[in-house]
Amino acid sequence: MKTILHVEGLKKTFKLSKKQQKIEKTKQKLKVAVNGISFDAYEGEIFGLLGPNGAGKTTTLRMLSTLIKPDEGDALVDGFSIVKQPEEVRARIGFLTSELKLEDYFTPNYLYDFFSDLHNVPKDVRDERKKELFERFEIDKFAEVKVANLSTGMKQKVSLVISIVHDPDIIIFDEPTNGLDILTAKVVTDFLIELKNSGKSIIVSTHIFSLVEKICDRVGIIIDGKLVVCEKLDTFLNGMNLEDRFFQLYEETVGGLHE
Amino acid sequence: MNKILAIVKKELFRFLTDKKLMLTTVLLPGLMIYGIYSFMGDGMANMLGTDEDYKPIVAVYNLPEDLNTRFKLLYMEQTDVSNLSLDKAKEEIAAQTLDLVVYFPEDFSKKIEEKSGLPEIEIYYNSVNNESAKIYQFVANTLTTYEDSLANAFTMNSKGETYDLASDEDMSAMIYSMMLPMLLLMFVYSGCISVAPESIAGEKERGTIATLLVTPMKRSDLALGKVISLSVVALMSGVSSFLGTMLSLPKLMGSEIEGMSAAVYSMMDYFLLFLIVISAVLLLTAVISIISAWTSSVKEASTAVSPLMIVVMLIGVSSMMLTGERMSTLFYLIPVYNLVLCMNGIFSFSYELSQIFVALGMNLVVTAILVVILTKMFNSEKIMFSK
Ligand SMILES: Nc1ncnc2c1ncn2[C@@H]1O[C@H](COP(=O)(O)OP(=O)(O)O)[C@@H](O)[C@H]1O
Ligand SMILES: [Mg+2]
Repeated sequence: MKTILHVEGLKKTFKLSKKQQKIEKTKQKLKVAVNGISFDAYEGEIFGLLGPNGAGKTTTLRMLSTLIKPDEGDALVDGFSIVKQPEEVRARIGFLTSELKLEDYFTPNYLYDFFSDLHNVPKDVRDERKKELFERFEIDKFAEVKVANLSTGMKQKVSLVISIVHDPDIIIFDEPTNGLDILTAKVVTDFLIELKNSGKSIIVSTHIFSLVEKICDRVGIIIDGKLVVCEKLDTFLNGMNLEDRFFQLYEETVGGLHE
Repeated sequence: MNKILAIVKKELFRFLTDKKLMLTTVLLPGLMIYGIYSFMGDGMANMLGTDEDYKPIVAVYNLPEDLNTRFKLLYMEQTDVSNLSLDKAKEEIAAQTLDLVVYFPEDFSKKIEEKSGLPEIEIYYNSVNNESAKIYQFVANTLTTYEDSLANAFTMNSKGETYDLASDEDMSAMIYSMMLPMLLLMFVYSGCISVAPESIAGEKERGTIATLLVTPMKRSDLALGKVISLSVVALMSGVSSFLGTMLSLPKLMGSEIEGMSAAVYSMMDYFLLFLIVISAVLLLTAVISIISAWTSSVKEASTAVSPLMIVVMLIGVSSMMLTGERMSTLFYLIPVYNLVLCMNGIFSFSYELSQIFVALGMNLVVTAILVVILTKMFNSEKIMFSK
């Protein structure tokens, strides 16, 4: 098995503004969002980062996609350092998170072409791929509708498609089914499994147990910025269902839910 | 390179196909300026000017023989005064039904001939009535010339030629070189602030810039692409305002100045002017882009760029204080101020090509430095993801 992603000691601390302190109900000026995370993900598998809200999943993935820089540690994406070779990394990944918005003024069709240009996708390849993806996600009927006028679910599908215009080998999706209706969510999970079957490596983060159970080969459990478990899903479950196993682990690490 | 092009293409598409935005930032400024200046020009002409065909009505009492011809030459109508008392005539002047009263004492000619005493001529007029004020001037001038001719020592400017030798060029040069550098600078500035905050702070605010930042595109490509495309739109806005001004300024000034025209400048002058405007647009767009990148919303950006507006205005106003003296080339190294110097030089026909190129070069260097700074900002997560 080839290691496609090697994460070592990633750490990220945010300075909290006054406003954020109020929202987080804390007097602390610093928030350690990711506290020294290390793991490996292998080629051709789906790796799931599972954890409650605020555990540090999104922050970890933002570092992997080079949107933000780690305070400490590094990660190699297909051998390229996220710290030293960010452009190489960006060329090889498709990253999706709710933070990445599309400009309201443009149509899915225009944006698809624009991002294809930024990824150096040749025109003929682009057009063929666009047709395929637009059909698959039923964007074709809305291809010429401005993003501003699309439904939330449709926007999310367009975002997803645009994140993979360059047919990347490594796909990093943050909460890919969040906010989607059940039908669209199924289209997305089926698509992820299909990508995996075609040899792509996939990292997803989620707080939804069923998604992990359905698609993940291996799982990393992240609690409060730390990776507490990282192993094959079957090994981790050990015959239990994921929900029960997770809370068992949670109690072991945090010491009870209501403390 | 083709990534820069992709960004430029997208930004231009964004702005050029936006009808509302094109209307408000490109079409309207030019039209409004043309409209307002023309309107102001007409208004001023009406206020200061007089009707060309109107013949002022003048009541002349006891006109001496000597002055008969001179008075006939004046464009006015002498009213019959046989039934008009002086007091009644004065009332009519106040009521603006009569334009002028010229009252010679009865013994005027006699006193002049005998050189006995100084006869007093009374001229009554109404300064509120433009026609009255004008004919008063003419009559007063005529009488002064007559008085001079009595002394007969010498004459001055009496041959009825054009003695004011200022040419159309000089007039246009003076007015344009005073007004246009400031106006142009302001137009360019307002062109820049109508697009840069929207495109940079706006993208940050709406989270669309993050989508660009996860592509393998170089941050410097993004910075360059933005500055170039925003400059194009700002330039269009600036050119529109400029045309509006050039075309309407003669109207604005027309009431006082004959023969003022934008046609006195050569193609070369306009070409240099265009280069200067482009360098101004690039420089100001880069500055405003940096300020916009610093803020986290369009609103904040608009607030942040307004103090700069005052600075730019003050620099622009300084063109009115330039005396036309050649400045040292060192001054041409000061960004923005050098724009004013160059424009002033061009409009007043007193530029030196080398100094203009120094200014253009300097501004290009500064713009390049600013683009590097903008690149660094696009690279900084603290700046890009500050909320
Ligand atoms: N930009 C930021 N500034 C301050 N705190 C942040 C920022 N981003 C994330 N955090 C904090 O870091 C922690 C982890 O956040 P996140 O990675 O989004 O968690 P998850 O995706 O697992 O829900 C949270 O407590 C969050 O409030
Ligand atoms: Mg998250």
